[in-house]
Amino acid sequence: MTTVNARGSIQRRLMISLLAGAALLAVALFFIVQSLARQLAEESQDNILLASATSILDASAVRQGELVLDLPYSAFSMLGNLSDDRVFYAVRFGGDFITGYSDLEDVPGIGDARFATRDFLGEPVRVVALSRLLSISGRPATLTVIIAQTRNGQRETLERISSIAAAIGLGFFLAAAGLAALAARSAIRPLERLAVSVGRRGPQDLRPVAAPVPSEMVTLVAALNRFMERLKVSLARSEDFIAEAAHRVRTPLATVRTQADVTLRRVDKEENRAALREMIRAIDESSRAAGQLLDHAMVTFRSDNLEHSALDVGHLAAEMVDRLQPLAELRDIELHLTADDGAMISGDTILIQNALRNLLDNAIKFSPAEDTVSVTVTAQNGEVHLTVRDNGKGFPPEGRDRLTRRFARGSNAEGIVGSGLGLTIAHEVALAHGGRVDIANNSKGPGACVTLSFPSA
Amino acid sequence: MRHALISLCLMASPTLAFEIEEQVLFGPQDSETVLRVISTADIDLFAPVILGYLDQTPGAAVDYVAVSSGELMKAIRDEGAGFDVAISSAMDLQTKLANDGFAVAHSSAATDDLPDWARWRDHVFAFTQEPASIVLSRAAFDGLKMPQTRQDLITLMRQHPDRFANRVATYDLRLSGLGYLFATQDARTSETYWRLTEVMGSLNARLFCCSSDMIDGVASGDLAVAYNVLGSYARSRPDADQFEILLPTDFTTVMMRSVLIPRTTRDADLAGEFVDHVLQSAWADSPPEDATFTIAGEVRNAEAESLRRIRLGPGLLVFLDAFKKRQFLQAWEDAILQKP
Repeated sequence: MTTVNARGSIQRRLMISLLAGAALLAVALFFIVQSLARQLAEESQDNILLASATSILDASAVRQGELVLDLPYSAFSMLGNLSDDRVFYAVRFGGDFITGYSDLEDVPGIGDARFATRDFLGEPVRVVALSRLLSISGRPATLTVIIAQTRNGQRETLERISSIAAAIGLGFFLAAAGLAALAARSAIRPLERLAVSVGRRGPQDLRPVAAPVPSEMVTLVAALNRFMERLKVSLARSEDFIAEAAHRVRTPLATVRTQADVTLRRVDKEENRAALREMIRAIDESSRAAGQLLDHAMVTFRSDNLEHSALDVGHLAAEMVDRLQPLAELRDIELHLTADDGAMISGDTILIQNALRNLLDNAIKFSPAEDTVSVTVTAQNGEVHLTVRDNGKGFPPEGRDRLTRRFARGSNAEGIVGSGLGLTIAHEVALAHGGRVDIANNSKGPGACVTLSFPSA
Repeated sequence: MRHALISLCLMASPTLAFEIEEQVLFGPQDSETVLRVISTADIDLFAPVILGYLDQTPGAAVDYVAVSSGELMKAIRDEGAGFDVAISSAMDLQTKLANDGFAVAHSSAATDDLPDWARWRDHVFAFTQEPASIVLSRAAFDGLKMPQTRQDLITLMRQHPDRFANRVATYDLRLSGLGYLFATQDARTSETYWRLTEVMGSLNARLFCCSSDMIDGVASGDLAVAYNVLGSYARSRPDADQFEILLPTDFTTVMMRSVLIPRTTRDADLAGEFVDHVLQSAWADSPPEDATFTIAGEVRNAEAESLRRIRLGPGLLVFLDAFKKRQFLQAWEDAILQKP
């Protein structure tokens, strides 16, 4: 398994940018609502102060050369409608203080209505001064009404609205966060789907991805498909090459072997005979390797387009035992078959024959001469087990799982002809049928025990 | 006054310029914690509330100073006299004290329970509702139908000037803050007030400083009508069968007695506890039978429609304006002090 260099996460990056945007908007919302609220609260206080001052001015007049001033009850009670704020006022006429709070200064400036914010009696107040020109004894004189109100009510309103605005902002942010999570997940989902579907494929599955993908992923998927196609072609080519090479090597080898046999019979000198026997052994090894390479190439090829037909493993094993009988007899080995009836699976006859032949071949090879190799076919728990046992050296205890790799040989296989492909072929056949290979040593006595398991048909 | 208490009547301290009517120290004389209360309520009527407080707070003493509402204003505002609690029936003056920064805020479970109309700025807290009543002598109205409205009263007084001449009484607005408050609120509500004042003026009305004096006069038969007096004072008298207490059905102005903590307090927490006690005993769901100062009081069973509760708030500052007050008193004097 190669490690993948992972840095960052699309989903996290998407979430972070969406959340940052939402937070920014929420904060902006809070400040906008707050500033609008402040503006409104200030305006409404100014309006009511102005209305109050106006009602006093409207109730004032000069009669018979004297200022008549009437403070309407509503002038102050209206100020109490909005809030429980303190109210101060002063009325000045010409330069003279008439009534109210003499400390309350006029608001400088031009215009009839003048507003200011300042401190009075230890508290910040909003002040309005409203003036009106009256005529007394033929001379114009300015009547000014100054009204001030503390701003507690305004502050309370602002605090209330601020907390509402904060709640709205927070709610907005939380909703946006939820939506962002959904959006990020849904954006990433096609990618995950692709990853899962590619990851779930069998080792030999190199078909192009056919499921529809979002347009952003088309380039990636197209590249992936092209890559797999190339891989497939390249694999097929190398298998073809191996098969071709093996085939081309085997025929001349057979000829050479025949020639060597003939020559051996003619040669008398012992050292020459030994050389020839060594030659024959090497030729056997090569031709066997070529045969296994061919087998392996065929297994690889057929696994891609597995043929499913109902087959009886018992029958198949019996045929194979018959066919290898001559080989076994060369070493005086007895092949012993025990098979359950009806051990049916669905699979490729040629592949399973191939696997069994390689296993039996191994067993005959590693078994001591004049001994027994047993083949057992059992059907139980929805599986068919095909077991080959010998009484040879068995597998070395270490690196047993390595043996199903190509060209891997047991550490105790020295001196025995072999290519290291037998178990690989059995393993790949089992995998192609959804089964497995269990490699073990006999529990009683010496010898190897290899079991192929297939799901029952 | 069942408990040990020392009456120091009319012992005004010479350093104080405001005029004390009565002063009593409730509780142990040598107490370390003395709560100084300045109040317009008569000591006899307010004593149960104080005694209830002392029961709850062992070791404390209450120095109770009874004054008129004008003197209370003078003591707190002009002289900065060191009181911890100020209780007054003059809502306008209490509001003015709070508005002008002479009171401190107080907030507690007891004040939080008050409805909005019973408090202003966490400074002024109402604990009674007392209607301005008309006390009528039964003897004087013998054979006449008892009036129900001001109009009824005006009609009767016009028809029987001989019976009512020199026998109608009301507050002297120049002396009584409460009288002035009632009068200004009456005048705001209806023109009838001015007609009634004129009729009373034509009958050579007699002017008093205080409710109790007027009720004394009605009870003794000296007076036939006392206008705008506190029913709570009349009801608590033993000779209450001598007169009828009328809540006029055209409208009845309802005053709320209120309490605040002056900024001169030396112990705002202690003052707050006392205020809470006053509020709790007044706002209790079922006050004791003999309690005079409760929020429901006489208003409990009265027709709600005709009752006009005076609203706490800056509106009350209007008639305290010197200019405005001068104008109002001028108009009132013109009406009530008619030369025959």
